[in-house]
Amino acid sequence: MTHDTKHDDKVIDHATGTAKVGHEWDGIEELDTPLPRWWLWTFYASILFALVYVVLYPAIPMLHSASTGMLGWTSRGVLADDMAREKAEHQAVRAAIAATPIEALAGNPALQRAAIEGGHAAFKVNCVQCHGAGAAGAKGYPNLNDDDWLWGGDLTTIQQTLINGIRQPGNDATRSSQMPSFVRDGILTGRQVQDVVSFVRVLSKQDPANAASARGAVLFAGNCAVCHGAGGEGNRSVGAPKLSDKIWLYGGDRAALTETVTNAHGGVMPAWGGRLDPVTIKMLSVYVHSLGGGEAAPVAVPATAAAPAAGAAQ
Amino acid sequence: MNALDPNMPAPLYAKRTAVFPKKIDGPFRRFKWLVMALCLAVYWGTPWIRWDRGPNAPGQAVLVDLAHRRFYMFAIEIWPQEFYFVAGMLIMAGIGLFLVTSAVGRAWCGYACPQTVWTDLYQHVDRLIDGDRNAQLRLNAAPWTPAKLARRLFKWSVYLGIAFVTGGAWIFYFADAPTLQRAFWTGTAAPVAYASTGILTFTTFWLGGFMREQVCIYMCPWPRIQTAMLDENSLTVTYKHWRGEPRGSLKEAKGAETPLGDCIDCKQCVAVCPTGIDIREGPQIGCITCALCVDACDKAMASVGRARGLIDYCTLIDAEREIKGEPARPVRKVLLRPRLIAYFAVWGGIGLALLFMLGARERLTLSVARERNPEFVQLSGGAVRNAFTLALRNMEDRPRTLRIAAEGLQGALLYTDDMAPGAARAAIDVAVPADSTAKVRLYAVVPAASARPQDFALTATPLDKEGHTPRRETHFAAPKTEHDDHEEEHD
Repeated sequence: MTHDTKHDDKVIDHATGTAKVGHEWDGIEELDTPLPRWWLWTFYASILFALVYVVLYPAIPMLHSASTGMLGWTSRGVLADDMAREKAEHQAVRAAIAATPIEALAGNPALQRAAIEGGHAAFKVNCVQCHGAGAAGAKGYPNLNDDDWLWGGDLTTIQQTLINGIRQPGNDATRSSQMPSFVRDGILTGRQVQDVVSFVRVLSKQDPANAASARGAVLFAGNCAVCHGAGGEGNRSVGAPKLSDKIWLYGGDRAALTETVTNAHGGVMPAWGGRLDPVTIKMLSVYVHSLGGGEAAPVAVPATAAAPAAGAAQ
Repeated sequence: MNALDPNMPAPLYAKRTAVFPKKIDGPFRRFKWLVMALCLAVYWGTPWIRWDRGPNAPGQAVLVDLAHRRFYMFAIEIWPQEFYFVAGMLIMAGIGLFLVTSAVGRAWCGYACPQTVWTDLYQHVDRLIDGDRNAQLRLNAAPWTPAKLARRLFKWSVYLGIAFVTGGAWIFYFADAPTLQRAFWTGTAAPVAYASTGILTFTTFWLGGFMREQVCIYMCPWPRIQTAMLDENSLTVTYKHWRGEPRGSLKEAKGAETPLGDCIDCKQCVAVCPTGIDIREGPQIGCITCALCVDACDKAMASVGRARGLIDYCTLIDAEREIKGEPARPVRKVLLRPRLIAYFAVWGGIGLALLFMLGARERLTLSVARERNPEFVQLSGGAVRNAFTLALRNMEDRPRTLRIAAEGLQGALLYTDDMAPGAARAAIDVAVPADSTAKVRLYAVVPAASARPQDFALTATPLDKEGHTPRRETHFAAPKTEHDDHEEEHD
């Protein structure tokens, strides 16, 4: 303390050369160290920035909203702009896809590739909940990768299914059919169902023929063949599955088949025509068709694909 | 205040004393000229060298094509997955620096470092515009008259011009130089080209024109790292105090009672130093070992008829030998020591390995990614299908057609997502354009009889029958049959 010097009423600390504030606690004194200039100027600049910011941008919270700011900037607006820009970027490709008939897309590999990618993106948002990320489906939800189609696997048929859905209530053009609940509706007895199941397992080459299957064959011809065909080959016009193949939507073991014949199934797929725009549906159709099981367009127009245009207009 | 108090520690901040190095000529200065000319010529000239690679690749000898992810260096073309070549070259550059530093000390700092080269260039500009050291000192101390201001503004515009040419040259490594130059002047170049030029112009102007030796002394970590790599066998610029001290001018030497050393205290070594240090204070972080003081001292020694080399490159061991009166060791003995040989062996080994890999690398490759969601698809007839994504990289400057086939997968039929499943066959041809990658979604269908989990290989045979056939081991997934389970029990 004795080394301290006085200068203009300020006590200067000997060790640092800095003025003291004058506070003292048990010999410990406080230095009046000035703030570094760079810090001070940064601080002033920050205040200035904050003032400008408050005027230009939303900043002051109020009861129900916040001040809007002179620039009218909002984070929602930025998102909307981003989405609009994204949409504008895709506009040319989407217009080209819209102008090209779905069967003609394969003739333009670049456009088809764009449609497949666009369909993949839309699939991830809208379809994976039921059909799975790899489109492999699950019990009750068809696998879209395989070569077995309930209603048909060519491009226009897939598109028609997408637009109008399957068993979508309130849609006249939707794909509709209902298998009877053979036991619940009192058409067959439990024993008869077992015989039918035995025959179906013979049809699909899972079991060898036996007495039960022979009894079942008669019942099958009377009750099932009208939709599923005499040899279990299925009927796409009513979405009746092929029973002679290796693919089962609800399972091909005895218990699953018994359950299906007893209570019947009738899966529902929403009609996407009212939810997605026509280009997205077209891209989705091309994507699903590209998954490995897509079929060529049938030469003769089948009854199921009779009115796709009418369906699109709903 | 404490700044005046000799008992107090020095303040942490030292105000810069401007350095005005004097012009000097001598063998080391000429060597420095040569290195500078070489460095600048390489930097400015390289992007303008043309190299014919045919119609499908750029015609610039050295090009980092970030947009297309290609790196061209004369006859070498590097794809992103071959980036280890660049990594190897960077490792070689690092070990090369270790080697050079262990052998000849801070030679990098003294001659080849961009900061040194451009500081040197700017100091020549100073001398050209303001005159030599004394004129510069006078002008610096002079009050700000319009004449001084005009002179300064002129000098700074020359600084800026050099900085712009320096910053602007950088962008030509990343795009076709003649095209980019035209685009640059017509305002149609990419914004990043202008931004890079702007930033590098500013850094060159600031670091070369004003920061200069402060970069070496305060900002650069390399002197600290190098200090750790120097040893008693490394060459450093050394003032031979055992010969020079006690120093004194010729006049003082006449009146001295005991004979003085060789140093005539002419301070020429300080005057020419580009970092403004006094080498006679011993080795120090500010010394970039450019050896200009060696030239200055040799000149002074010659003028008073004394032997050259009062300041000279010298190792610590040789310094001790000389103090004891023994002769310095021959250079060969200094250089051929285990540490240098080890560095050289590692450096050369990596270089040879890179060259070998460069010669042995394939310009046609195949990668296979198995689809895992779903792993396999059961087809209605009992057959099982797997999907694969193939990347066929044709790194040559010609289109090639490859025949994709499944090796060791009985009865497999292949098709791609561009084909109808009905067109599946045992082998399919894929055309890959020159210098590009073809991505193929491949489906392999295996009939029920042989549909079980098994390993197999996909091959891509070039139809031109030249070069090797890329082959990839992969797996075919299928539902396990009872037969497979039975087999496993016996395994």
